[in-house]
Amino acid sequence: MDLLNAIVALLNFVVIPATSYGAQLALGALGVTLIYGILRFSNFAHGDTMAFGTAMVILVTWAMQAMGIHLGPLPTALLALPFGIALTAALVLGTDRAVYRFYRRQKAAPVILVIVSMGVMFIMNGVTRFIIGVDEIRFDDGARFLINAGDFKAATGLAEGLAFRSTQALTIVTAVIVVAALFWFLNKTRTGKSMRAYSDNEDLALLSGINPERVVAVTWIIAAGLATIAGTLYGLDKSFKAFNYFQLLLPIFASAIVGGLGSPLGAIAGGFLIAFSEVGFTYAWKKVATYVLPESLAPDGLAQLLSTDYKFAVSFAILIVVLLFKPTGLFKGKSV
Amino acid sequence: MSGKDNPYKDDRGNKDRSITRPGGGEMDFPKKGGSAKPAPGGPFLAAENMTGGYGAADILHDCTLTVDKGQIAVIVGPNGAGKSTAMKAVFGMLALRGGHVKLDGEDITALSPQDRVAKGMGFVPQTNNVFPSMTVEENLEMGAFLRHDDFARTMDQVYDLFPILKDKRRQAAGELSGGQRQQVAVGRALMTQPKLLMLDEPTAGVSPIVMDELFDRIIEVARTGISILMVEQNARQALEIADRGYVLVQGANRYTDTGQALLADPEVRRTFLGG
Repeated sequence: MDLLNAIVALLNFVVIPATSYGAQLALGALGVTLIYGILRFSNFAHGDTMAFGTAMVILVTWAMQAMGIHLGPLPTALLALPFGIALTAALVLGTDRAVYRFYRRQKAAPVILVIVSMGVMFIMNGVTRFIIGVDEIRFDDGARFLINAGDFKAATGLAEGLAFRSTQALTIVTAVIVVAALFWFLNKTRTGKSMRAYSDNEDLALLSGINPERVVAVTWIIAAGLATIAGTLYGLDKSFKAFNYFQLLLPIFASAIVGGLGSPLGAIAGGFLIAFSEVGFTYAWKKVATYVLPESLAPDGLAQLLSTDYKFAVSFAILIVVLLFKPTGLFKGKSV
Repeated sequence: MSGKDNPYKDDRGNKDRSITRPGGGEMDFPKKGGSAKPAPGGPFLAAENMTGGYGAADILHDCTLTVDKGQIAVIVGPNGAGKSTAMKAVFGMLALRGGHVKLDGEDITALSPQDRVAKGMGFVPQTNNVFPSMTVEENLEMGAFLRHDDFARTMDQVYDLFPILKDKRRQAAGELSGGQRQQVAVGRALMTQPKLLMLDEPTAGVSPIVMDELFDRIIEVARTGISILMVEQNARQALEIADRGYVLVQGANRYTDTGQALLADPEVRRTFLGG
């Protein structure tokens, strides 16, 4: 019984939250890695693209709720997602037209584009706060729980409850679908293959008649889609606050780099690795340890390795260790 | 290109691969929006009196290259003679101040390189001529990117020409040996069904056995009616298979004759073929 309680507690406090957080990070890191692979720079504005996309989704969600449109047990935001993606894609395409294209035409060194993306980041950050404000916004509606802690306790008779929120389930399912669609697109379609070709060898892609501006535009649209989906799922799971997305940039970059920049598979693996480490390091293991260990060995303290306030230190530490010992990442990325 | 002439290209020594990815496009195509004009008569490819260079100074001086249908033309010459530059000029990667390029009865001087590909030119660069992370088959597919018809037959022809590629078609091109990679590069260029195939030192860095093999394949390609223009370092072997040989010196034609005649010319032998 104690072992079962320990497993349930572990699932409830570590596995489920980390999996859904990992899926959100993986989607964010996929966008970063795609831009890195094709446009050759790290896009620091990605976090704020997520914030902007989520803000758009929230606005459309409010409009839909005002019109009385609901999606039953699912959050209305899911219905607003396509509109949010379209608006975000329009914003990033506009940004590319107004800002990045100039530097591309100059054949600017990628590091200059990195700095440019920082400028874009600050502006997007401001625009998002200007539009939707700085406060915390909860916009999830529909059914809250797939499995309720109280019901679970009553049904199983265990001391520990298991809660599985619908937004967590939604995050995982959506992430699986999006990742499958992305891999299918990159490996099977003509446009997807032309993107990989452009990433491999720009000159030869040009000689083969691949239109670079089209590749760049498609890349931005996909990145905007991934950012909006990741941002919305994060917002549904936790809550929306513009500043949180700016902070998410670190774990997202850590995920992309740990997995190997430029490698989509790596971004996914990195996302989950970072998420599980963050949750694992900041979780108070006392409860699980008390169930598993004999009474004499039970910890006195919380058995928490780091306070949750330091969760970003975990991604940062992993990032540094990877850059020191395996700079190409787990899945041989493009960095040397 | 250093940062000197373009401040945007100055990365101030940044080598941080975790924020930037090196290896972007090097080619800077001249912007051309021109169209082809009919110019009947003359040889299949006639690049005549080409004069021009990358910057202010000319590299090519009144250089002329012609190839007839199904023929192999070889450009040889000492280092820095402008061999590759001449080929790039034919392909439109270089702004010409004088002269013209005619292909199959059309004046294509005003066309961009991509438009020239559509007109039937295939170009195999000397280096970086495959998509390394893509499979052999995907490389060939990308070669046929401009085609909207069914290119399965062309792919079969390429596999017939280079049987080893068929065995390795699911393998990433970057994992192949140098000779096999060259075959992928030539195969990719053949996928557009070009009328003229241009090869920039196809045998650079491959072993002598592989070189002979590649030359055999190039002759086979020419037999199907595709004209071939190639730049070669291995002058002697290349001239042996050449219908037409051009010896360039300092961007100008020095000797022009059939390959056999150039090989037999004591002057050419002494100065360019090492005796």
